[in-house]
Amino acid sequence: MIDLTVIWAGIIGTAIIAYVVLDGFDLGIGILFPFLKVGPDRDTAMNSIAPVWDGNETWLVLGGGGLLAAFPLAYAIILPALYIPLVTMLLALVLRGVAFEFRWRDPAHRAFWDTAFALGSTLAAAAQGMALGGLLQGVNVSGRAFVGGPLDWLSPFSLLTALSLVLGYALLGACWLNWKTTGPLQRQAVTYAGRFGILLLAAIGAVSVATLNLGPHYQSRWLAMPQLLLTAQVPLATLIVTFLFYRSLGLKHEVQPFLWALSLFGLSILGLGISIWPDVVPARLTIWQAAAPPRSQAFMLVGASMMVPIILAYTGWAYWVFRGKVGQDGYH
Amino acid sequence: MDPLILARAQFAFTVSFHFLFPAFSIGLASYLAVLEALWLRTGQGVYANLYRYWLKIFAVVFAMGVVSGLVMSYQFGTNWSVFSDKVGPVIGPLMAYEVLTAFFLEAGFLGVMLFGINKVGRKLHFVATLAVAVGTFISAFWILSVNSWMQTPVGYEIATDGRLLPGPSWIAIIFNPSFPYRLVHTVLAAYLTTAFAVGGVGAWHMLRDAANPGARKMFSMAMWMAALVAPVQIAAGDAHGLNTLAHQPAKVMAMEGHFQSHPHGAPLVLVGWPDQAHQRMIGAIEIPKLSSLILKHDPDAPLKGLDKVPLADQPPVAIVFWAFRIMVGLGFAMAGIGLWSLVARARGTLYGSPLLHRAAVAMGPAGFIAVLAGWVVTETGRQPYTVYGVLRTAHSASPLASGVVATSLAAFALVYFTVFGMGILYILRLAGHPPHAHETTLDGTPIRSAGITPAPAIIERAAV
Repeated sequence: MIDLTVIWAGIIGTAIIAYVVLDGFDLGIGILFPFLKVGPDRDTAMNSIAPVWDGNETWLVLGGGGLLAAFPLAYAIILPALYIPLVTMLLALVLRGVAFEFRWRDPAHRAFWDTAFALGSTLAAAAQGMALGGLLQGVNVSGRAFVGGPLDWLSPFSLLTALSLVLGYALLGACWLNWKTTGPLQRQAVTYAGRFGILLLAAIGAVSVATLNLGPHYQSRWLAMPQLLLTAQVPLATLIVTFLFYRSLGLKHEVQPFLWALSLFGLSILGLGISIWPDVVPARLTIWQAAAPPRSQAFMLVGASMMVPIILAYTGWAYWVFRGKVGQDGYH
Repeated sequence: MDPLILARAQFAFTVSFHFLFPAFSIGLASYLAVLEALWLRTGQGVYANLYRYWLKIFAVVFAMGVVSGLVMSYQFGTNWSVFSDKVGPVIGPLMAYEVLTAFFLEAGFLGVMLFGINKVGRKLHFVATLAVAVGTFISAFWILSVNSWMQTPVGYEIATDGRLLPGPSWIAIIFNPSFPYRLVHTVLAAYLTTAFAVGGVGAWHMLRDAANPGARKMFSMAMWMAALVAPVQIAAGDAHGLNTLAHQPAKVMAMEGHFQSHPHGAPLVLVGWPDQAHQRMIGAIEIPKLSSLILKHDPDAPLKGLDKVPLADQPPVAIVFWAFRIMVGLGFAMAGIGLWSLVARARGTLYGSPLLHRAAVAMGPAGFIAVLAGWVVTETGRQPYTVYGVLRTAHSASPLASGVVATSLAAFALVYFTVFGMGILYILRLAGHPPHAHETTLDGTPIRSAGITPAPAIIERAAV
């Protein structure tokens, strides 16, 4: 049944996908930053994302703002439950966000801001992974409020999801650098893409198995017949995409490895969808229980259906303006 | 410590720091659009150089505004989850509209504005600047609509479970009674803040080199802005105050320091110390009947005081009373500088009056202080409610232990003071360089977008 609430779940899901697709590679460059040579290589890597990082991060604001607007109860339960990872993520994003400008404004302290950029990016990715893990493993709810403790989210599982997301973003960052740069930096990026690809595959496998062990509601979603025939396609497709990723990397393609890496993320998000849908707080709250009234959702849908195509158009244009390889004197 | 107080302190701290940046970037984006338009129309190099000069500062301000704003969009959920659950259906959609119509617009065109002039050409680059400027205004529109609804809530229905749900008309919610006043007052404040920051920088450099053409131009433009907008702002503030009197009388009583009702004309309290525990003013210096004259346009009109408001429903009087005096005092000082500049301009001494320039330097940060004081008046004056008269602040906070909130507050304070402290230092350092004829773009290169033929570049160089 398609109703307003389902449409809004789809829009928020799309915003989250857009965020991961867009900000993933730019956080990934921060994660790789300590491994890049000081000087021109780092400048080039930074320049390749400087004109777009702000737009990328806006999808995170849409995810948060959209959740408040369309599913206020979910927002009111999830945010206090994931208080520490989310505040950590915000502070980390502050650190890395200002580094884009500050490292150019203060050459004497460039090493400091480079560290802030790398640390902030890595911590933001890890915090997002911990938040995801904390949500998947379950949140204590009573009535209309979170009733657990401040460290409930912390577990081996959430540490695993944190590590996985860091690896995944690093892979996207390496693939982006392969696309946008040349010379030794590009060669380094290809090597890293190869390493992080296999690490991510291992991480996806580990998270999948661990998720099944979280509880019977996940097992029944994935393993019961007949939907097993469908859900089994997800790991199968993951293996095929991984193969295609490595093939395109071996053929020295520049754009395709990035797209295949994004496809790996797409499949992981599809897997998440299978685990969660139609809940918004797993096993506690469905999207319909958390939904804002139809008047709120309908009013926003008018705006979203008008604005999202326009946003995609000018965001695409901005990427088009900065297409091609980046020089080290690039845009900065 | 009480987690409620800590949550309020955290919101006050993060939002105050945040608003410094949009207060500047709203005005600066418009100023940059004006500079680029003048450059395109006149071809005069001084405008291009001023554009590049302020663009570097804008980039730093904007980055800090973005990251501190991101924090705000999550504060509602982390620390004020009950508020979000109860009020989300009404204010959530307005904030979603802000993201959809403003944030993406600003962010999408910012990259081109900062780094794209050599890639897209001048005209398209001007479109990008304009898009960013319009985006900052649209953003102000929506977020001030949300804030105004919290001050003067209308158009909602109360559900059986106590949640506030939107009524049939979104127009009624968006254009709630205090919104037009707050929007005008806040946007003008942003323009004035920018005018005094720009004017202060121009004056600073003129005190060192009175012949610097860039410094003269920015000072002159800023003083026009001060002279024209400061009086309008005083009128707008007055209208806003009358609107507040109609809808939030207790806030005006606190602003005025009126603990007692005055059936035969209320005095204007100039200064004094509000002693809220005993419901009296200590050492008040008053002008008889003037408050009634200002607020009711009749010196003998009766005005109610806080004696008509139960203590539990009163805002903290001393904070509101003093913040209001700081804001108004600075507003009149700004108008004074504007007037002074008009006289100096008429006498032909605008560029040759070190006293005026020193005053302008001293007033450089005035806008930021006035803006913060204004927000303290309106937000503290709304207490003890988050949604005025409907939802109490004490019933809005997340069910959190005080340790978590205290730790995160300390973390915010540490990161904000370090990071934004450094950022403000960089802004001051950029502004400390005198504007000159060969300002670089953000990539450190001269503008190459002069076109396929070199003619415009030559004209530009000649004009410089």
